Order: sequence, then structure tokens, then C-alpha cells
Amino acid sequence: MKIFIQRQTKVEYEVQMQNATLLEVLQKIKTTQDASLSFASGCRSSVCGSCAMRVNGREVLACSYKIQEDDFIEPLKNSLVIRDLVVNMDKAYEFNKKAKAWQNPFLSDVKPTQENEKINEIQSDCILCGSCYSACPVYEVNPEFLGPFSLTKVWRYVSDVRDNDEVSKIDALQKNGIWDCTLCNECTLVCPQDISSKADIEKLRSKSMMLGYTDPSFASFGSFGSFDGSPSF
Amino acid sequence: MIQCDVLIIGAGGAGLVSAINAHKKGAKVVIVTKEYATRSQTCMAQGGINAAFGNAGDDSVEAHVQNTLKSAHGLANEEAVRFLCENAKEAVEWLDKLGVCFSRTKDAKIAQRTLGGASAPRACYAQDYTGLKILHTLYDVCLGLDIEILNERYLLDVCVDANGVSGANILNIRSGIQEQYQSKSVIIATGGYSRIYDKFSTNSTSTTGDGIASAIRAGAKVSDMEFVQFHPTALKNTAILISESARGAGGHLLNSKNERFVDELLPRDEVARAINDEISKGEDIFLDIRHLGEEFIDEELPQERKLAKFYENIDPVYDLIPIKPVAHYTMGGIVVDKNSMTNIKGLFAVGECANHRVHGANRLGGNSLLELIVFGKQAGENAAKYDRDVALSQEYKKEIKLESFHKKIEINFYEIKEKLGNSFYKNVGISRDKKGLQEVLSEVEEYISQLPKMGVEDDSQTYNTNLIEFLEFKNMLEIAKLILVGAMSRKESRGAHFRVDFPYEDGGLK
Ligand SMILES: Cc1cc2nc3c(=O)[nH]c(=O)nc-3n(C[C@H](O)[C@H](O)[C@H](O)COP(=O)(O)OP(=O)(O)OC[C@H]3O[C@@H](n4cnc5c(N)ncnc54)[C@H](O)[C@@H]3O)c2cc1C
Ligand code: SF4
Ligand code: SF4
Ligand code: FES
Repeated sequence: MKIFIQRQTKVEYEVQMQNATLLEVLQKIKTTQDASLSFASGCRSSVCGSCAMRVNGREVLACSYKIQEDDFIEPLKNSLVIRDLVVNMDKAYEFNKKAKAWQNPFLSDVKPTQENEKINEIQSDCILCGSCYSACPVYEVNPEFLGPFSLTKVWRYVSDVRDNDEVSKIDALQKNGIWDCTLCNECTLVCPQDISSKADIEKLRSKSMMLGYTDPSFASFGSFGSFDGSPSF
Repeated sequence: MIQCDVLIIGAGGAGLVSAINAHKKGAKVVIVTKEYATRSQTCMAQGGINAAFGNAGDDSVEAHVQNTLKSAHGLANEEAVRFLCENAKEAVEWLDKLGVCFSRTKDAKIAQRTLGGASAPRACYAQDYTGLKILHTLYDVCLGLDIEILNERYLLDVCVDANGVSGANILNIRSGIQEQYQSKSVIIATGGYSRIYDKFSTNSTSTTGDGIASAIRAGAKVSDMEFVQFHPTALKNTAILISESARGAGGHLLNSKNERFVDELLPRDEVARAINDEISKGEDIFLDIRHLGEEFIDEELPQERKLAKFYENIDPVYDLIPIKPVAHYTMGGIVVDKNSMTNIKGLFAVGECANHRVHGANRLGGNSLLELIVFGKQAGENAAKYDRDVALSQEYKKEIKLESFHKKIEINFYEIKEKLGNSFYKNVGISRDKKGLQEVLSEVEEYISQLPKMGVEDDSQTYNTNLIEFLEFKNMLEIAKLILVGAMSRKESRGAHFRVDFPYEDGGLK
């Protein structure tokens, strides 16, 4: 089977493997054909988020993608490529900090109920693989966009009954945050954990409106945003 | 040069918990990790974390202590076990306060389930993503506290001078440049060494025992290295774990004749051995959870279903899951005292790389995550309190010579690494004997002597994983030898260490 990997140039590799995951194929190439091929991996079981990359233009986890003839493998987008399929995620991860994606510690004594826990169960399944971040088109125009996974993470905390700092979190999302999202849904389509950051961003928008914020793009037209957050143009 | 009070190597659960606690004590903390903080193996833990809340059935701290001691087969330190179990509730409550999304009961308590060897449903869980949710929450807390985490930095060696530990030599994987870190105390939290079993291990590819090997080179003591826990239920083709909670919830083990052959809730060593016996009779072994029903499986074991579907091509709601036991957890590690400090002043160790003597010869499911939190707190606080009484050492090892890149490579170390794993699985696995151990020891010695013929093909400075994997391989060889020496001199069977030629526990050997 033939596959192509984007390195400094596009390189062709021939492997004799059936029904193998992309990660197994990469490991085979590295250990038997070309020790210089670089990629990251860890758990081999789709839970650590290390091996996200793009196959034929779409984000996948290498360890949960079965390789096919002529596949074209590239690194994630929107981050600096360090080498081959490895990108530097530091800046992307920094957005979690900018977005204050954590719970105010040691303050709360609230015990969540079963229903409470279900509210953010799926958001807390995020493995920080960066697939959504790579797929998001906003970075082409705004490199400072807080982005899908960190906004999902903020929703995960804002929606948690144990958190008592909703206002300052929502404050932090007004600039380069929820309003910059185009609601294109690309993030949702590539998430290996079935998380929809788009939906989470919509929830954060309505929460912002409930707290008195308005959609800046409407504000500049001199009108008020609608409560469901849907654009009216 | 980077300077700090507490340098933490490793950003799994153990590293992050120590960081948070050292920071709270006012120390300037720096964490380095060879991956990213959210990618350590801790995210793979599925089953749960033990604490005797009794939320789902009668339980007590004493029962937890007794179960742990029993499973440890006389090798645990009772005082340490008591400390672990007595602090369990507080540990889980702390995690809950930080925001971990634990599964809940109808009356808003933390849900609990039964893992092997436990006399009550004691493991608190977050579906089967317990480790993931704990690790990410800890990471988020570190962000909130502004704790510095440096990613993709590889520990080469711990630096020690006459006054104890003084820092570490680190390779920046991205730039290929060696960096010097100077600190008052150092915490090793680098995880276990099960990847020596290569494809016969549930562990992440980075669980290669680096920290233990570096600690040994710095003069630290290790113990119990021969005790390697085999998990009974890994997927047959890929060695990916199917959590013990599947058995805890009533899953059955079946052989090819559809017969159950062991009590599924016995401790891991016993279940793994029973499976191994069946396999050597020529049986295929399966885990059957079909009777639990789709709704239950989707609610409590969503990851297991996903893993079985993708990696084994079967749906456990309707099909049997083909399994085999593989290396899962390493009980041995760096010897620490009751303050989590090693025999080197100012050098601490915590997590799977450390030996607090709480697991003894066989760890109970759910006790490892607990260990990270309880001893992570202890290590972090003590490392912060530890004040080097003299000025920070200026003595540094000069740049460590890594590999000569342009030499001719005669032996591909990746092939040897695979062979090592196969031999370990076959002869240093669930059942061992003198002949097999001797054979592998000679093999390992041969590999060590062949090291000059192996090396790094990739000559790039930037992100050279070929180099990192070779360094890891050398660490694994060092540790492999210690496992073998330990296993050969332990002429008895105890917990995870089963000698066919000495099938009984020897009361005199503790
Ligand atoms: C599949 C699976 C399921 C499990 N399920 C459970 C469970 O349900 N309950 C339970 O209690 N336990 C469970 N365990 C065990 C438990 O997850 C581990 O023992 C525990 O997570 C180890 O944590 P740690 O912090 O010690 O190390 P790890 O989480 O392994 O972290 C090690 C850290 O050290 C870093 N590191 C390593 N070497 C270097 C180096 N040379 N330089 C720099 N950094 C380095 C790594 O990058 C990483 O950040 C499970 C384990 C596995 C594999
Ligand atoms: S939201 Fe989904 S795609 Fe984005 S980082 Fe998390 S798991 Fe990956
Ligand atoms: S929906 Fe928003 S966050 Fe998601 S990819 Fe589109 S623009 Fe980015
Ligand atoms: S290796 Fe962990 S997600 Fe692929």
C-alpha cells in the first residue's frame, strides 16, 4: 500500500500492512524504513490526544484511523510545524489560560446531583487533541481567537454548579472569544469525542446575553442582539 | 539556566498534584515533561479511584486497609497503607472540589463500583474516563495557579552534589539543546516501566522507566522491581485495556467452550494466572458483558465499547470480547521514606515510579490513582519545605555527551526492543522459572554489550524522536536487568511474581 506524508516535501512510502491504524503504519515506517520520521503518540487508544493529524485534509487521531491506499498525511493546521507531523501546541493550549478555563478552587461546597453531572459530562470528555483547533477557519483571520476547545472547556466549568465565578469567566470571553466564532460547525465534525464546541459557544453566547452583554457585531449596527444568539443578517 | 525551588519531572497525576501542593506552600515550582501535561498515561485510567465512602454498600477504612494488605502478600508497609486509606476520602473530596466530574448516585453522592480484590464497591469513577477527567482538572488548576509547565523536555540525569540533589540535566526535545535546571529539591514523577513488555503492555509508549533509571544513576535505591502486574483483560490484538470495572459490574470470563473458569473478582494476579493456565491449555479467552445490556454499557462503560469496536472489530453489546493478560503496572520503584524522600537528600519520588510500599506484591485496582493524590500532596509539601541549607550548587555536570550520530549502525535497536518485549512476556511474565529468567538475563546482557553497535540514525537536532527512543531503550535495558536479578533471587511465589519452580510463598522472604 502506498501513502504520502507531508514532510519538507511530500514523501511517498510503501507499506505492507492490512487493516492497520495510521499510527501502526507510522511506527512501522519509523522503525524499519526511515528513523527520521517524526510524529507524536502515547496511549494508542484514542484518549491522550497526542496523535492528531490530518488525512486527506481532515483531522483524525492516527491511532483510531485505518489507513487506506494513497492517503495523504499532514500535520495539524493553525500551529507551527516543529518537524514532519509534529506541531507546537503551546500557543493553542495557552488559550485555556486566557479563557480562564478552570474552576475557582477551594470555594465551593456544593455537591452536584446526577443531573448536574450529566450537564457537562460530554465537555469533560475532551482529550485536548487540537483537531477542532486545526479545523477552525477563524484562525486565518484572527490568530488570537480563543478557539473551540478552550471555549468548550469554559462552558464545562461555567455550567458546573460547583463553580461560582461565572461572571469573570464570561467577561474573559468577550474579546477574541465567543463572538468571533462563525458557527461553521467544522470543529464538531472532526471531534473524536463527539463534542460540539459550536453548540457550547452558542450556550456561552446566550449566557453572555443573560448577563447583559450584546453581540458586538450587532452593537456596531446600533441594534440589540437576539436572545438565541442567531445572526440576523 | 532555569532556577526554582521545586523541580518536578513528569506531569502525570503524581507530578501535577505535587506541583499544586508545593505551590500552595509558597514554593516556586517548575514542571518538565517529555510530552504535554494532558497526555501522560494517567489519562488512560478508566476504572476508578478508591475511597471507603460506603456510598454504594457497606464499607470502611479498615476494610480498605485489609484488602490492600491481603493483595500485597506481606510486602506492604502497614503504616503506609493506613496512611493511604485513611486519607482516601479527603483525597477524593479534594478532587471533587476542584471540579472532577465524578459519576453520581441518585442522591448526589459520588458513585462507586467494585474492582477486583475489594470487599465493597469502593472505586469512585467518572464513567470509564476517570483518569482523563482527573488529569485534565488538575491541569486546569495548574493553569489557574500559573504554575510553569515546560513541555517536551526530556530528563537526562538528576544532578547531585555533596549536599544532595541540586537540579537536573534536561534535553529540550524541540531544539535538541541541553538545558540546566537548578533547584533546591527535585520530585521524580515519571511513571512506571511496563513498556519493557513492548507490545504486551497496556501502557502508553512513554512509560519507559526513565525517572527510575536516572534516579539509580544518581545513587538512589530501588526495590521490588520484579513485581509486575499483569492485567487480565487487554484486547487480544492490541493489548489495549478493557477496564476491570467490566468485571466489577458482572462481566464473565469464558473459555472457548463457553465455560467460566475463575471467580472474576479475585485480585489481578490470581485472575491473570487462571487465564494464563487456560491459554496454555490451548483455550481462547473472552470477556462477556453482553448480559449487562446496551443501556448500562453506554452509561457506565462507553469507552470500553468504543475501544472494542474499533480495535477488535466487535461490539461488546452483542459479541464476546477476545482478551489476553498483559503487563499493566509496575509495583517496584524508587525507595522513599515516610516523607516521600529518597536516600538522596532533597530528591523525592512519587507515583508509579516510587515505591511507597503500599502495593507490595500486587496492587489493587483503584489504589494507584489514589496513591498519586495522597502521596503527591505529601511529596509536594515536603519538597517545598525542604530547604537546601547551603547556597544552591554551582556544580553542574557539563553537557552530557549523547550519541555520536554519524557512526555506522549495525544493529537496529527497534528490533532489539521488540525482541526484549517478546522475551519478557514469555519468560518474565505471569509465570517464571529459573531457566527462562537466566535465558533472558543473558539476552539482556548481550544487548547491553551490543549497544555500541546500535545508535541513532536520524541526525537532526530538532525533535529527534529516534534519539529519545534510543535513550528510553537504554533506560529500559538498565531496568530490565534489575527486574531479572530481582526475579531470580526471589525463589518463591508471591503476588504477581509466580515461580513455577518455587510455587509457594516463603514466609522467611519478605
Ligand atoms: C490503561 C490503564 C488503565 C488504568 N486504570 C487505572 C484505574 O482505573 N485506577 C487506578 O488507580 N490506576 C489505573 N491505572 C494506573 C495508573 O493510571 C497509573 O499508575 C498512574 O496514572 C501513574 O501516574 P504517574 O503520575 O505516576 O505517571 P504517568 O501518568 O505515567 O506520568 C508520567 C509523566 O512523566 C513524564 N516523563 C516520563 N519520563 C520522562 C523523562 N525522561 N523526562 C521528562 N518527563 C518524563 C511523562 O511525560 C508523564 O508526564 C491504569 C493504567 C493504565 C495504563
Ligand atoms: S473538543 Fe474534541 S476535537 Fe477539540 S480538542 Fe477536545 S477532543 Fe479534540
Ligand atoms: S463553529 Fe466556531 S469554533 Fe467551531 S470551527 Fe467554526 S468558527 Fe471555529
Ligand atoms: S496515541 Fe493517544 S490519542 Fe492517539
